[in-house]
Amino acid sequence: MQRIRLRYTKRGRLRFTSHRDFQRAFERALRRAEVPMAYSAGFTPHPKVSYANAAPTGTGSEAEYLEIALAAPRDPGSLRALLDASLPTGLDIVDAVEARTSGLADRLTASVWELRLDGVDPADARRAAEVFTAADTVEVSRATKNGVRVFDARPAVVSLEAVSRETPGSPADRPSDRPCAILRLVVRHVTPAVRPDDVLSGLRAVADLAPPVPAAVTRLAQGLFDAESGTVTDPLAPDREAAEALTAVPAAAATAPTPEGPA
Amino acid sequence: MTVESVFPQLEALLPHVQKPIQYVGGELNSTVKPWEDCDVHWALMYPDAYEVGLPNQGVMILYEVLNEQRGVLAERTYSVWPDLEALMREHRVPQFTVDSHRPVKAFDVFGLSFSTELGYTNMLTALDLAGIPLESKDRTDEDPIVLAGGHAAFNPEPIADFIDAAIIGDGEQAVLDMTRIIREWKAEGRPGGREEVLFRLARTGGVYVPAFYDVEYLADGRIARVVPKRSGVPWRVSKHTVMDLDEWPYPKQPLVPLAETVHERMSVEIFRGCTRGCRFCQAGMITRPVRERSITGIGEMVEKGLKATGFEEVGLLSLSSADHSEIGEVAKGLADRYEDDKIGLSLPSTRVDAFNVDLANELTRNGRRSGLTFAPEGGSERMRKVINKMVSEDDLIRTVATAYGNGWRQVKLYFMCGLPTETDEDVLQIADMATRVIQKGREVSGAGDIRCTVSIGGFVPKPHTPFQWAPQLSAEETDARLEKLRDKIRGDKKYGRSIGFRYHDGKPGIVEGLLSRGDRRVGDVIRAVYEDGGRFDGWREHFSYDRWTACADKALAAHGVDVDWYTTRERSYEEVLPWDHLDSGLDKDWLWEDWQDALDETEVDDCRWTPCFDCGVCPQMDTHIQIGPTGKKLLPLTVKNAGPAPAASGHVH
Repeated sequence: MQRIRLRYTKRGRLRFTSHRDFQRAFERALRRAEVPMAYSAGFTPHPKVSYANAAPTGTGSEAEYLEIALAAPRDPGSLRALLDASLPTGLDIVDAVEARTSGLADRLTASVWELRLDGVDPADARRAAEVFTAADTVEVSRATKNGVRVFDARPAVVSLEAVSRETPGSPADRPSDRPCAILRLVVRHVTPAVRPDDVLSGLRAVADLAPPVPAAVTRLAQGLFDAESGTVTDPLAPDREAAEALTAVPAAAATAPTPEGPA
Repeated sequence: MTVESVFPQLEALLPHVQKPIQYVGGELNSTVKPWEDCDVHWALMYPDAYEVGLPNQGVMILYEVLNEQRGVLAERTYSVWPDLEALMREHRVPQFTVDSHRPVKAFDVFGLSFSTELGYTNMLTALDLAGIPLESKDRTDEDPIVLAGGHAAFNPEPIADFIDAAIIGDGEQAVLDMTRIIREWKAEGRPGGREEVLFRLARTGGVYVPAFYDVEYLADGRIARVVPKRSGVPWRVSKHTVMDLDEWPYPKQPLVPLAETVHERMSVEIFRGCTRGCRFCQAGMITRPVRERSITGIGEMVEKGLKATGFEEVGLLSLSSADHSEIGEVAKGLADRYEDDKIGLSLPSTRVDAFNVDLANELTRNGRRSGLTFAPEGGSERMRKVINKMVSEDDLIRTVATAYGNGWRQVKLYFMCGLPTETDEDVLQIADMATRVIQKGREVSGAGDIRCTVSIGGFVPKPHTPFQWAPQLSAEETDARLEKLRDKIRGDKKYGRSIGFRYHDGKPGIVEGLLSRGDRRVGDVIRAVYEDGGRFDGWREHFSYDRWTACADKALAAHGVDVDWYTTRERSYEEVLPWDHLDSGLDKDWLWEDWQDALDETEVDDCRWTPCFDCGVCPQMDTHIQIGPTGKKLLPLTVKNAGPAPAASGHVH
């Protein structure tokens, strides 16, 4: 059984897609693209898809990950193009590799977020971020199904800083004729999760930062946290490297079993 | 000229509302065209929530038919939930289309499809949010033509003040004809303004413009007559009928929503119209004659539609799907084709007497054998003669015996309460029928865990049916009758626990009855309810009977009539009915005879299998029955699953 790992996006207006909505859309795309899916056993078989760590509804993302299991092998590159064409624009499949290592989910330990604050002076945002990072604890509360939960948002935040407007590769889906501040946030995946929304509540709590319109939040990357660089590494890189190693020695690969392991 | 998207303003509101995905558009197979490349712009609305409106076949078909035309653009809009409505009012965001988020007011036509009268208050919300005056008389050349269609439009009188025009019948060709007239008028520089274009539409005889008619009343409140106000406006307006469904294979590219909706399947209309002649059924009366899509036409639509959508279920839609002349071949052919793809088939409307186990086996071959649904509608043999639903209790028992014997565990039975001449005894016999079903089911299946669910709705008399003259049963009497039935079922020690009982109280039916058979005076009630906050009347949690009756009492008092006058009053032969000038093709005298036959418990056959019984539709509309069999078969699809070639480098093998 071949397993393929995909990176996909939630861009523009389709960032309002919930995770359940995405799952339905993706499974239909698999049918349209006639992907030879492996199915689970049981009374109602369903295609084998594992999703990892989906971004909340309403936040954009350049870096969502999932893994599919195929009943017949396919070339990851053509599969990516085919699936991308079968999904609405905005839900784009941007990367595909064959799984050759274990533990994709284990390599998603932190995320890089961009918080775009329309109508906020960049200087105010910079000051607020400094107050936040200087604090030892930032207590925030969040409404959950079981009432209001109060917790410290500070420890999970690795860095929070204002960046200049022209961030290369950042999605610009809003007009920019008024003041606009952009914060870049690196946050570790901890339990319970600290979300960008919690950091925004924290900024309001410690520095009175109150954007006039809801912040546009986008996940730029997620992967293994690298303490040295303070950011994350590409979680698909190990699979890609393993594939390259195999291509380099095709004779060996022809006889070697495909490395497999639980995702 | 171009029209700006309101999305930036809307976007700021979306994080604060439930299920924002329903407002953003971007569905697979949706169409966005440049505004300035088109000279006729249609906004199409299904006046209910997105989750109900998106799967609506009528809107989906017209959306595609219009967008296929060069120079024509159609976008969709749906009712926004009260949470977003409040924010839109606060931040002055107008009613928008989901395709390009253009304001509805900018379009040439604002077309609404009414499957049910309970969408009327939602129309007023949308008009108001759009910044379009609620009443036709207050609109200017800056406003779109507000057009009503759908089954409820066969009596558009209650909304006559709010719409500029109505089209009854099949919309496919009608919207193209209307587009042509508007295009010519615009190209000429809009001579005579709004009044002139409405006149050009009205004089075709196929577009009803209420403002061109005067309604005169008698002292007792009944209508004296309905008269055209100007020459050139016809006395009666005709319904539209599309012949040869194979020439209209829509939707070809069904919309695939991201949000969850009520029907997530690839729907194919396998025929239109029904001549079974059930006397309560407005759909069956106003969509005559029967026009079948051919087996090969169905096969082609399913194949293309599944490719375009990726749905895993195919719905074979019609008013009585098992009546298609080649339904067995259709079901078998599709089940064969899609056996490997785990594609399920569903047949939403199946008659007891058209059901057979071979058909059911084909339908469930690729899916689950969960439940079967039948609609005997009337509990007693006598009642079924009155309504002309020619299904005997023995037919039903035979059918359910086959079903339980072949592995089904659950049968659902639909009935109506409040039918003309009905007594308590007729309704109580529903319990006897359910008991016999369980008895037989236990006997043939040898199992004790089989179930039968009885589901009952209140009967609402509808225009253009033999029951248009009938008194509606009051909400109190409906509730009392249903309570007796419930007690009888629950009191049955031996079988009661195997019988589920689901019913709706009689109150919403009375409001539906008021709106169904109402005249122009009812418009005041709709407006008052809207202004008092009435929205989403088809939703139990939003519907308020008290609000409707309070508003009706106030608004109708001035006219000397009341809700009972419209609902529980029996009409006489001579009475001018509010919809008499809308021509469904049915001969009013034939309808009256059929009403008398109902009272005599006399049945009428189906003209597909017996000689014509002169309902009047075919000669009046110049149409004819189109049915098979064609004798053709669905051949296996040979190139299915020809996916991309496996990895070219080959080293992984």
